Amino acid sequence: MTAYIIRRLLLMIPVAFLVSVIIFVVLHLTPGDPILVLFGEEPDPTVIANLRHAYGLDRPLPVQYLTWITRMLHGDMGRSIRTQQPVTHAIFERLPNTLELGLAALVFGLVVSIPVGILSATRRNSVWDLLGTSVPLLGISIPNFFTGIILILLFALVFRIFTPGGFVPFSQAPRQNIRDLVLPMITLGLPSLAVNMRFMRSGLIDALGHEYTRVARAKGLTERRVVVGHALKNAFIPFVTIVGLQIGGLLEGAFITETIFLWPGVGRLAVDSINGRDYPVVQGIVLLSALSYMTVNLIVDLLYGFLDPRIKFR
Amino acid sequence: MTNPSTSYRARPATGSAATLAALPKQRRVFSWRNIRGQPRFLIGGTIIGLMILFAVFAPFLTPSNPMVSHPEITNQAPSLQHLLGTDDLGRDVLGRTFYGARVSLSVGIIAVGIGLVLGVALGLTAGYRGSWADLIISRFIDALLAFPALLLAISITAALGPSLRNTMIAIGIVAIPAYARLTRGQVLQAKEREYVEAARTAGASEARIVVRHILPNVLNPLVVQASLSVAFAILAEASLSFLGLGAQPPTPTWGADIDHARGYLNNGYWWMSFGPGMAILLTVFAFNLLGDSIRDLLDPQLRGR
Repeated sequence: MTAYIIRRLLLMIPVAFLVSVIIFVVLHLTPGDPILVLFGEEPDPTVIANLRHAYGLDRPLPVQYLTWITRMLHGDMGRSIRTQQPVTHAIFERLPNTLELGLAALVFGLVVSIPVGILSATRRNSVWDLLGTSVPLLGISIPNFFTGIILILLFALVFRIFTPGGFVPFSQAPRQNIRDLVLPMITLGLPSLAVNMRFMRSGLIDALGHEYTRVARAKGLTERRVVVGHALKNAFIPFVTIVGLQIGGLLEGAFITETIFLWPGVGRLAVDSINGRDYPVVQGIVLLSALSYMTVNLIVDLLYGFLDPRIKFR
Repeated sequence: MTNPSTSYRARPATGSAATLAALPKQRRVFSWRNIRGQPRFLIGGTIIGLMILFAVFAPFLTPSNPMVSHPEITNQAPSLQHLLGTDDLGRDVLGRTFYGARVSLSVGIIAVGIGLVLGVALGLTAGYRGSWADLIISRFIDALLAFPALLLAISITAALGPSLRNTMIAIGIVAIPAYARLTRGQVLQAKEREYVEAARTAGASEARIVVRHILPNVLNPLVVQASLSVAFAILAEASLSFLGLGAQPPTPTWGADIDHARGYLNNGYWWMSFGPGMAILLTVFAFNLLGDSIRDLLDPQLRGR
């Protein structure tokens, strides 16, 4: 097991290197010059040249990459071209807000998907089954910006239960923070809820068809114990992988959800930085997202082994 | 988007790949008898067929040209004349929705085409050649898979510049890893089979072995993957347009129209986002239905899951 973890961690190094190269190359293909974007239509050429030199934008790409990656390895992501704020500071200042939203969306997805998925699998052809099959299809088909707009329209503008957007830190006004959180949480959580529900249902149906559930029933166990004690345990194995993969989805969903609901998180920072051609910030966010996505995938793989002792790590 | 996430990468198409390839060749999988028993195929296919018709005949289905403004009829609520109302520039919302179908469907099909061709080529090379080619391609695929799908598409489009062509390229690149992985896995299995060995012994060229003997065995899971990833591509295009990174105005796109409509929510002009929103929902829903039902048709063991 330890050898497997070490091997997987070592394998992450070349992939992380390639990821950094892809990010660097992709963002430097950009046609718009960030300094020109900053200064508008008629900038002073001397000032522009000085600034390009100061940010190292006049040096060859490989040199720029080496400087950038060396700094990154030292935890220095450079400074935002637009605000002069250190990138690390800009990201970590907003990270708690994104984590609050992402975590709430993840929990919302789990709290709804697990019970409905179970009921849908155990009560086939019931109302629950209809919910368990139609919600997933709807949830993965509706773009989250449309979900967001419908929710704002209904619950913020017509019924006026929640706010249409905004943010107050939890430490300042906990109740207002939660009021602001509800709609973005549902918007962000709906797609992952849909996928989770689908996998919970199909995993449980699959487990209920296995020999061991038949044996458990033949032993005279109640249906509840058959489902909870035997089938559910096995159904959770594919489910964990899917929940792990949802974390990547939540990250990208945060880009749009935070933009719609004016939630000051990393996603909105990314969208603003892309529009402002603020390379250092975009690079930092994309790199951190990719690295955390890779780490989550590794954790999911390891969890797999704990949940199913039959799986051998090699 | 994807999602994605909700993204097609997480969909179970790859999971059933081995089972699909192991099935004997079913020439009449898509016979009317089989399709008749698959209401999801019929519903999905009908919606997609209608969307294609709307896209093709868009100019004949709109009361006024939805590309130019009509100041005398701005912000009108749905009526018999304008079934989904008009926007702030007096353009017919339903008409723009029909025109938007052109962009969405073409991005969906072309982007998936790019991903399919490049992904299959990479997967075939990695799986069939093995050794260094496999190592390099597999690491490259791993690196692409390390990005959440939509995030990668956003980064590429942001870098190349917002335009319809770049959106197709970006979504196409994002689709590559799924096809490459799927193909590589299938090729690894197929190349050990007796019929490949027999073809080699008979003196068939490598190109012939790959095209005539290995590729046909990879097709089934690829068809399923393709229909599911058109759904993802349409959703991704809408998300990119919503963020202002897709086709630029005045080209009507569903995502950009919803973003535009967002500014008028407070005024109560709900209809401005209703048309394009429902169009995305229905089209993506239809491709997902179709993908699921094709998977069921190709692998009857999965039915009802």
